[in-house]
Amino acid sequence: MHMKIAASVAMCALATMALVPSTHHSAGGTVAGKVTYTGTAPKMKQIDMAKEPSCAKQHATPVMNESVVAGEGNTLGDVVVYISAGGAPSAVPSTPVTFEQKGCQYLPHVLPMQAGQQLEIKNDDQTSHNIHPMSQVNPEWNKSQPPGAPPIQTTYAKPEFIPVKCNVHPWMHGYFAVLNTSHSTVSGSDGTYSLSGLPPGKYTVTAWQERFGTQSQEVTIAGSETAKLDFSLKATEY
Amino acid sequence: MSRVAYRIPSITASISFLLIAASAGVAQTIHGLPREGRGGDTKVNTRVGRPAAGKQEYTRYCAGCHGDHGDGAGENAQWIDPRPRDFTQAVFKCRSTLSGSLPTDQDLINTVRRGIVNSNMPQWRPLPDQMQADLVAYIKTFSPRWNNEKAGTPVVIPPETPVTTESILAGRAMFQKFECWKCHGTAGRGDGPSASSLTDSKDQPIHPYDFTTGTRFKCGTTNADLYRIFMTGLDGTPMASFADNIKGDQGWDLVHYLRTLQPLRTPESILWKSWLATHASELKPIGPESGGR
Repeated sequence: MHMKIAASVAMCALATMALVPSTHHSAGGTVAGKVTYTGTAPKMKQIDMAKEPSCAKQHATPVMNESVVAGEGNTLGDVVVYISAGGAPSAVPSTPVTFEQKGCQYLPHVLPMQAGQQLEIKNDDQTSHNIHPMSQVNPEWNKSQPPGAPPIQTTYAKPEFIPVKCNVHPWMHGYFAVLNTSHSTVSGSDGTYSLSGLPPGKYTVTAWQERFGTQSQEVTIAGSETAKLDFSLKATEY
Repeated sequence: MSRVAYRIPSITASISFLLIAASAGVAQTIHGLPREGRGGDTKVNTRVGRPAAGKQEYTRYCAGCHGDHGDGAGENAQWIDPRPRDFTQAVFKCRSTLSGSLPTDQDLINTVRRGIVNSNMPQWRPLPDQMQADLVAYIKTFSPRWNNEKAGTPVVIPPETPVTTESILAGRAMFQKFECWKCHGTAGRGDGPSASSLTDSKDQPIHPYDFTTGTRFKCGTTNADLYRIFMTGLDGTPMASFADNIKGDQGWDLVHYLRTLQPLRTPESILWKSWLATHASELKPIGPESGGR
């Protein structure tokens, strides 16, 4: 009797798991770890926003160039970690990703998205910005966005790492990481990352840093465990 | 032998010469090239562009700057500024279509004919229509985008509104509001606070148009051309598209104001000068002092 109940409960659980769409990334295994660097990371310069007082006054502490986010213990933040191979193709998420211009900075500095996913670009500043994603695979465009203008809605059809800049404010730099997958994340300031909701299988996980390049490693997920996968990128001076 | 008999060869020669000279304007029929093209959907008037023929002409006229592979890396490229267009990216400054989209054939033909002022791109207007069509058809083979993508939506340019003081003042307010002065300078001199740091999409330094020189714009000369420029943006450069924020007749206000920045005798500058003579003190200065953002 107990066996029967247990068996039917287990079957119900399994059936429910099968119904959960992969984009919600709720069931499945996890790959997690830390991204660090070897060698000496370049020193980041302070950004001078004197030419844009409305932005300069928004920052109580000095704003540093964000090309390399190095932390204690040689950790690397703002590294895109994503599934570059393996697993079934993920459906394009229906929720848009948002890129904000605030305090004359791009938030987030690196924005991963899936090719075909809706991208929303907002200007939260008191000054005009022009959004100039310097794409080479996707069409390059350049639009002005004054304060109070509605968000720019767009999408990228092809995978590409696209540098984004504002010509009016030359210190502003960001990246769109347009990927083939929705399994992507960005490492935190402490270098840690976590990719969850991975069905069982063999995967290639890639870490990308805008200056130090990429590194790929393979991992196998059996069920709902957390596989530990650390990345160590070689720091370059420039 | 009669004298006429001796003259016949020279008469024949003169008539032939005249015939050849007369048909030189339709040179391609003499050389046996067909008028209508095989493939190529580029048309200049009635001439359909032929990419294969265009390749020959490209090698002669264009490759020195634009490169054999159309990548803007011809042997002259390193000596000239601005650099020649890289056709492999299909990114063009002078379009009638929205930012990020392909230009129309007419846009490309216009650029070939007009050249690009203040650059080493000459006016190729004297080339025959067929050759212009061939060249543009061939240029389109350098980027795969032309295989899958159609030319973009042309910007709608409404009929121009009258040149009035109100229009110029409204345009001046737009110049302030949309912060054109940050690059173009408060007097349109191309010396705005961001001007010195501008680079194009190939990371080459580039400067904004200086209205006070009165030179032709890179993409035209008329008010309609000016309207089109800030609506489409100049792709590949810092000049953004303002099509999302400037609608319809508003664009003409900005055009009218921009004309007053030029040292040309235009209806706008004449009207503005006379208005300034009595009202100049009413104007708030352009720039950060105007309490703007």
